[in-house]
Amino acid sequence: MTAAVETDAGLGPVPDAFNRHAVEQFLYREARLADEGDYDAWEALWTDDALYWVPIDGEGGDPQQQMSVIYDNRRRISTRLNQLRTGKRYAQAPPSNLRRLLSNIEFLGGRDNPEGGVDLEVGANFLAIESRARGTRLWGGRNTYRIRHGESGLRLAFKKVVLVDNDQPLPTLGFVI
Amino acid sequence: MTSVTKEDSDQVAATRGRYDRLIKRDKVHGSLYTDPAIFAEELRNIWYRSWVFVGHESEVTQPGDYVRKRLGLQDVIMTRDRDRVLHLLLNRCAHRGNQVCNDARGNASAFRCPYHGWTYRNDGELVGFPFFKGYGQRKLDLNLGRVPRVDSYHGFVFGSFETEGPSLLDHLGAAAGEIDRLVQLSPEGRVALSAGWLQHQTRANWKLLAENETDGYHPQFVHGSIFGVTGSPIGSLYSDASTAVTRDLGNGHSENDLRPEFRKFAEPLRWFGTTESRVPDYAAAMRTKYGEAAERILIEGGPHVMVFPNLFIAEIQVFNIQPVAVGECVQYSTAVQLAGADELNRRMVSQCVGSVGPAGMLLADDTEMYERNQAGLGSLTPEWLDVRRGLNREAVDDNGFTVGRATDETGMRGFWRQYKSLMEAP
Repeated sequence: MTAAVETDAGLGPVPDAFNRHAVEQFLYREARLADEGDYDAWEALWTDDALYWVPIDGEGGDPQQQMSVIYDNRRRISTRLNQLRTGKRYAQAPPSNLRRLLSNIEFLGGRDNPEGGVDLEVGANFLAIESRARGTRLWGGRNTYRIRHGESGLRLAFKKVVLVDNDQPLPTLGFVI
Repeated sequence: MTSVTKEDSDQVAATRGRYDRLIKRDKVHGSLYTDPAIFAEELRNIWYRSWVFVGHESEVTQPGDYVRKRLGLQDVIMTRDRDRVLHLLLNRCAHRGNQVCNDARGNASAFRCPYHGWTYRNDGELVGFPFFKGYGQRKLDLNLGRVPRVDSYHGFVFGSFETEGPSLLDHLGAAAGEIDRLVQLSPEGRVALSAGWLQHQTRANWKLLAENETDGYHPQFVHGSIFGVTGSPIGSLYSDASTAVTRDLGNGHSENDLRPEFRKFAEPLRWFGTTESRVPDYAAAMRTKYGEAAERILIEGGPHVMVFPNLFIAEIQVFNIQPVAVGECVQYSTAVQLAGADELNRRMVSQCVGSVGPAGMLLADDTEMYERNQAGLGSLTPEWLDVRRGLNREAVDDNGFTVGRATDETGMRGFWRQYKSLMEAP
């Protein structure tokens, strides 16, 4: 699992099988589903070997030995969303109003996946505006995604969110970032 | 205060009268959480006087290691010098007040102020300054400020700005035994806080957190969403029928003693949500180290203790609460790492990451409550917060500690007794 989160080692050439327009549309859709709290559709994007990681202190250390804001495997993504679905996850009930921008989308390379194929690794910058009773806040940073061809279209195998201020105290992060 | 003038004694009397009026046995006044003048007095009488938790020795294992910390509003550098002695230095150059340390952590034998190049050894002593002829001498008696008293217990480092006063052990009192219980979970009798700290900004007065840590009344309500989804047995520990107790440990410390519940089941590692067969190496190492006592330790699990004013140990995780302003504080949280228990440590990080911090499935909801509480306290009436729950059924245990039921506010009342005595101290 440690190997799976490495960001430089194991990165091969950009695989041919990904269409830039389709990938961008996929990332925009992922962002919109998260903004709108469409948890069912957002959850359906993920592969079974999913990793969803929000580290602290820059790129973060080994997430199995160091604290992270979020380090969810597929099962814990499900738990997190199920908690949100109860409507009593107070950190997100009432829900935040959200809109995020994605930019600087770069195809970074390819990475072997456990299904014998090659995932596309993509980087992008993001800026999210969150409004809730506590106030309005900007969240910004760099996302790294790993995208795979599934039977019914593109799927998300990995998402790492490096917040620009992840070395500072952060307020409650109740929404799906 | 060496000589007490008439004015001083009037002020002391007024202060004493004030806290008597604000803190009753069964209720506390809302202004305690919202009045900036009271916050300023807390800094002076609690944060810059009493023993305050700062960090853990395992964060600075090597000579030269340092890590930036907070103590109240103070920016403190916790260092280990070449003789392995720990220091808590204030991050302020003795020349013009610039910050001499600007990295969060690292290893350095000295700190050099970037403004004019004054250089201090990591024990705080000024060792040099450029162009000494302007001072007519090579030595100046100007060192970094320091927290005058630094002490640790099982590696938990505390500082006190008062040069004299109760020792750390006096301050910890019965809470020391709870730290012993934590350390006993290690087959080597040692813990480390080496997994890094989440920093959770909280727009609420620090006391709302300190009170909540051993409030057994809220979990079923605030955390019902996650208990329901995961089928967690934690909720029943804090039910109306629970045999767990809330204990006022004295000196403002309190605990939720969950051992009666775990003893009922008598299953080793139930407190950690696992079984002995899943972590056989750990269980074997514990039995080798502790012999017959291991069974009891493995059944009873870790402490759930709030150490006044700012250290909270919740079974497998540790919190450090530091104030920022009357309506803001930061919760620092990390997973406990048990020496000699590699099999458990990754699980501890994983469980802890799932539970605490800004996105934690437990603590994000607690924090939402703290912030709504702070907002609610802006309402003009009713002026008071009620802390009477369980007064009708409190008892004194064999050791002389006041004990309430699992959902009673016994811990809060202990907190406020200590708070009042510190705030009224001259």
